[in-house]
Amino acid sequence: MALVGRSVPRADGPAKVAGTARYVDDLTRPGVLLGATLRSPVARGRLRGIRRDPSFDWTGVTVVTAEDVPVNVVALIEEDQPVLASDEVRHAYEPIALVAAEDPVRLARALRALTPEIDPLPPVLTVADALQRKAQIHGPDNVFATYRISKGDAAKAIAESAVRLSGTYRTHHQEQLYIEPQGMLAFWDASGAHLVGSLQCPFYVHKGVKRTFSLDDAHVDVTQAVTGGGFGGKEEYPTLLALHALLLAKKSGRPVKMIYDRQEDIEATTKRHPSEVTISSGCDREGNLSAVSIRIVMDGGAYVTLTPVVLSRGALHAAGAYRWEHVSIEAIAVATNTPPNGAFRGFGAPQTIWAIERHLDRIARELSADPLALREKNLLRVGDTTPTGQFLKESVGVQRCVEEARKASGWERKRETLGQAAAARPVSAILRRPAPGGSASRKARGIGASVFLHGAGFTGSGERKLKGRVAIDMFQLLTEKKPRFRIRTASTDIGQGTETVFRQIAAEALWVSMDRVDFATPSTATVPDSGPTVASRTVMIVGSILEHAARDLFARIEQNRQKQGGSFDDAARRLIAHEGTVISEKTYETPADFVWDDATYRGDAYPVFGWGCDIAEVEVDLDTFETTVIGFWAAQDVGKAIHPLMCKGQIEGGTLQAIGWALNEKVVLKDGKILNARMTNYIVPTSIDAPRFTTVLVEDPYSRGPGGGAKGIGELPMDGGAPAIAAAIEHATGIVRDDLPLLPEDLFVAWKTGR
Amino acid sequence: MRMSFVVNGRSRTLDAPPLTRLLDILRGPLGLTGTKEGCGEGECGSCTVLLDGVPVNACLVVAGQCDGRTVLTVEGLASKDTLSDLQEAFVKEGGAQCGICTPGILMAAHALLAANPQPGEGEIRESIAGNICRCTGYQRIVESIRQAAKEQAAREPG
Repeated sequence: MALVGRSVPRADGPAKVAGTARYVDDLTRPGVLLGATLRSPVARGRLRGIRRDPSFDWTGVTVVTAEDVPVNVVALIEEDQPVLASDEVRHAYEPIALVAAEDPVRLARALRALTPEIDPLPPVLTVADALQRKAQIHGPDNVFATYRISKGDAAKAIAESAVRLSGTYRTHHQEQLYIEPQGMLAFWDASGAHLVGSLQCPFYVHKGVKRTFSLDDAHVDVTQAVTGGGFGGKEEYPTLLALHALLLAKKSGRPVKMIYDRQEDIEATTKRHPSEVTISSGCDREGNLSAVSIRIVMDGGAYVTLTPVVLSRGALHAAGAYRWEHVSIEAIAVATNTPPNGAFRGFGAPQTIWAIERHLDRIARELSADPLALREKNLLRVGDTTPTGQFLKESVGVQRCVEEARKASGWERKRETLGQAAAARPVSAILRRPAPGGSASRKARGIGASVFLHGAGFTGSGERKLKGRVAIDMFQLLTEKKPRFRIRTASTDIGQGTETVFRQIAAEALWVSMDRVDFATPSTATVPDSGPTVASRTVMIVGSILEHAARDLFARIEQNRQKQGGSFDDAARRLIAHEGTVISEKTYETPADFVWDDATYRGDAYPVFGWGCDIAEVEVDLDTFETTVIGFWAAQDVGKAIHPLMCKGQIEGGTLQAIGWALNEKVVLKDGKILNARMTNYIVPTSIDAPRFTTVLVEDPYSRGPGGGAKGIGELPMDGGAPAIAAAIEHATGIVRDDLPLLPEDLFVAWKTGR
Repeated sequence: MRMSFVVNGRSRTLDAPPLTRLLDILRGPLGLTGTKEGCGEGECGSCTVLLDGVPVNACLVVAGQCDGRTVLTVEGLASKDTLSDLQEAFVKEGGAQCGICTPGILMAAHALLAANPQPGEGEIRESIAGNICRCTGYQRIVESIRQAAKEQAAREPG
């Protein structure tokens, strides 16, 4: 059949290009009300009450406060976050009350007629203040989570090294900025609570609803609408919005739709965790790395959300794609009175990869070594062990990624011909004497590289605990001659192509054409819990469960055929005649040789890793300090590309998010509030800012991956872009930046202060 | 205010306050939900439609401005059940991922190809510079538009 490896037309494409795909805001129900949220204007305070303007006509308006919430917790990792604040307010924009009304004008007026009465308290706004316990805002010490990873004796080995280097590297917030804002449609009927929304993880919402309303499985139904992007932003946040919409629906007795406007979405929903990473390393004069000591501090914001897991993934990636004999990693996440940070593609790894990659460039600088050659010399290979002691058995395609990116970009030649080292006059001299007008010479070009890895699937024992399930049904439609198949999974398509790729995997395993395979809309009432659509696990983990389910079904049909004769379809029909809809359901089985110890943080952190090498070529305007990305080469080891075109689309899209994080995007906070919560002033790359990408798919198969070896690649491309850009800017101008972002004003200040 | 305009080839007459956003007219009384709202302030381009053939943000155009004019939305691109070359290209070349920016980008690209059937890469990028896509990195979108231009040229020789 050879469906795997072919770039078939996108299954949900026709509806999307025709404008008939239904997103949550395109849906309605009879009698629907619109809902809105009253939010805290301050970062921290004591909520005394909510004043309702007595002169406002409240007829037909529903108001919900904390008193209306049956169990006032958002069930995530911990239950520290209330659905609505009841006494203490912990961050600006925290939900305090909910309002529903029939039309948007009444709704806006009703919202304005409510005033939260809050006695402000001094907020903790920085990580330093949190660590110094300026105020106690979470537990005894404001610490959400701590992890330690240790291998060998890093302190001793660094002390004994010929070349010892240290640096501190910082990263900033990032907004997911999916183009469809968060939205949810809720209603109740005799069978319980119903939700249709823009979301990644139906069973996360399901869990939260069950907890807050004390319902059992059968009385909660969460269905995914076509979803306009997520990138992690619709992983845990939709649970809170779902609870809000359901509360209003319950109290009003009407269906309620809540759609955030852009400003509310940017202000209230989660962001990428800011980080500070301090690295000390030891190596010899030839650049053989030996030991590294890393301390990571992340800002979790006001509530736990998914912070411990983000921090864990950050720690597990902190040593990069390199062989170190001695490693010591300490990671800590603290609480601040800023909007909670949460899932965003990469999930902690882009922060620590930024740090280790900038540090590798620091070492290259110190040794006057070619930065890519230094990396290449120290790459992890099959047979090496990671900082957690994970023995790399297979599928370590990083060497090939480096070779492919180097070749495609013309690295050696550009390192010589571009950059300030090659300039007739050093850039620093040009910068000191601004010439009138903008002559061509006042631009500097450079090239930089990054090498990185990303663990695919849940961390450690995650998959073992989760036991993801997938079902495939076989049934007969009266209108069709041949039996049809239907994939039932909780893995959602949020643009990355799940519907298409899953059909490819199933059709190939069943030896049928793709048009005979349907993809059921993910709804908790009808699909098994495959786990969340996160962690680069959809294709690799859930896709492999699907492949097994489909192969089992194929084997049953084939067995029947061999016994009773006829064609494959004859045998399939006999099974259907006997059983009705034939169901093949499978549960994920963690490989027996996969060992992880949560207590010591030792063992197999991930089933396998994706690998990559990014090379960026930039041009920096020496008058304005604007950076233009001229070219970008990404070579990434995906195991096996089931749909090469969509695989490249993931890499290009993820890489541009990384470039945006480096060059354009910056969340400006003041007193815990966001000053630029609009698309007018939170800037993401446009088609003109984006470079032309050269994407090379390296395929070093993973023996347990579906379709002949696919690995997870959703997050991998987010990891390498920013450090490659920073390295290219350094090559072009000599400006060394250890902190993100790299906005023109940041580069200007760095140059002025000689940093 | 009573107003009449042609939407996707069909005359429509309706009564609405003149300052109602065109976007709300399309998505509300006309039921054309293919046009999307991403920011409501003319930055994301998701609500791009063609007004007398020119791309506009439907969130920034008010109904009163449309009286007597022609509006084309994404629902008007296909003829009956046949997708246009441009739509086909987006399905085949990976131009649509989550799809929320797609209707707006299709409209901007449709206007480009109407005015300039053989655009270069720079012209393609310029034409969709007002449309933010967070999924694709734009490359597959550019390829889709380029592919559609090729298909069109092959169909209409000379």
